[in-house]
Amino acid sequence: MRSRQLRARDMLRGDLEGEELERYVEEKVVMTRLEEMLNWSRANSLFPLSFGLACCAIEGIPMSAVTARYDIARFGAEAGRASPRQADFIVLSGRVSIKMAPVVRRLYDQMLEPKWAISMGACSSSGGMFSNYAVVQGADKFMPIDVHIPGCPPRPEAVLYGFTKLQQKIMGNPDQGWRARYQAEGTEEWARGGPRSEPSAESAEAYLAARELLRA
Amino acid sequence: MPDAPGLELIRGEIEDAQPGAVLDTGFEHGRASLAIAPEHLLAVLAWLRESAGHEYRFLSSLHAADYLPAEPRFAIHYELLNRDRVERIRVKALLADPAANGNEQALPEIDSCVEMFPTAEFQEREVFDFFGIVFKGHPDLRRILLPDDYVGWPQRRDFPVGGEPVTFTYNEKNYG
Repeated sequence: MRSRQLRARDMLRGDLEGEELERYVEEKVVMTRLEEMLNWSRANSLFPLSFGLACCAIEGIPMSAVTARYDIARFGAEAGRASPRQADFIVLSGRVSIKMAPVVRRLYDQMLEPKWAISMGACSSSGGMFSNYAVVQGADKFMPIDVHIPGCPPRPEAVLYGFTKLQQKIMGNPDQGWRARYQAEGTEEWARGGPRSEPSAESAEAYLAARELLRA
Repeated sequence: MPDAPGLELIRGEIEDAQPGAVLDTGFEHGRASLAIAPEHLLAVLAWLRESAGHEYRFLSSLHAADYLPAEPRFAIHYELLNRDRVERIRVKALLADPAANGNEQALPEIDSCVEMFPTAEFQEREVFDFFGIVFKGHPDLRRILLPDDYVGWPQRRDFPVGGEPVTFTYNEKNYG
C-alpha cells in the first residue's frame, strides 16, 4: 500500500520513466469504448419509477428489493423517482385492470428514452388468477416489457435475478429506444393520426410576448 | 333484529298500508327479510323508515343479485338498520328480466331511493354498472367502476367469464 502511494507520488513528480511508467499505466488505466462505458454506467444507476399497482407493490418491492436484507441499492437502483420524466424503468407490480391500462401506458410514454419495463408477478405478466372481465391478460398486450418475473409474489431472489437480467440486457445491447428494440417504428400516436404535441395558441402567444420582452 | 313473529307482524302492518306489496318473508341465520314487489318499493321503504316503532333510518347496503334461471331473475337487496335498537331488516325487491320477452336490449327498471337515502347514489350506480339495472329518478346514472365505454353487464350470470384459456394439463384434460 505504502509503496503504491510512493509510486503514485513519483509518477506525479515525473520521476517514473521507461518500463516502470509503462507498468504503472497498465495497472491504472482501463481501455474501453465509450458506448460500453455508457451502458455500464446506465445499467448500474437505474432510477425506478415510484409506482405500484397492487399487492406486489406492497409485498414485493419493499420486502424483496428495498429493505436492508436484499437491498437493491447494491445495484444502484434505490432512488425511486416520483415523476416518470426522471425514471429509467417502471416495475408493473400487480394486476393491470382495463381501466388502469391507459394510465400505465401513458406513464410509460412519458418516460424518457432509454427506458425499460419489468413486469413483476404472475398478474401483470399473464393476468394471473384474474381471468375475468376486468383485468388485462398480460401487460405486454399494450406496452413493451423487457423482463417478466413470474411468481405470486416472486421470491426476492427472483426479483433481484430479474433485475440483474435487465442490467445484462442494458450492458449487452447498446440501446436505441424501445421502438427500435421491438421493431415498432411507425406506431407513434402522431404517426397514426393521433394528437400531435403542438403548443396551444395561448402558449405560443405567451412565448412570442416573452421573446419581445427579452429583445427590448 | 326482529324475530320471526316480529317479522310477521311487520308484514301484516305493511299489508294493511300497502296491499299486495309483500310477496314473502324469510328468516334465515337470524336475519329477517321481506320479499316485495318492485312497484311498491318506495312505499315499503318509506313505511319502514318513518312508521313509529320501526324507524329503520339507515341504509347500510344496497346490492343486487342475479338468480338465473329463477324467475323473477333479479333481486335488489336493501339492508336497513335501526341504529338505536341495532336492528336490521332486509328488503328484497324481486325484479323480472324484460329481455326474456324477446327484446334483447331491454333493461330491468326500478325506482331510485336516492331521495330517501342519499347514500344509495353510488351503490345504485354500482348495481347499474355490473347488472344493468336502471334506477328511475337517479340523478346521475352512469358507470362507476368500469370504463365508461365498457359494453355489457359483467356480474350477470350469463356474462362470459372472460380471460384467456391457459394450456395447463388440468384444463386440457377436463375441458378439451
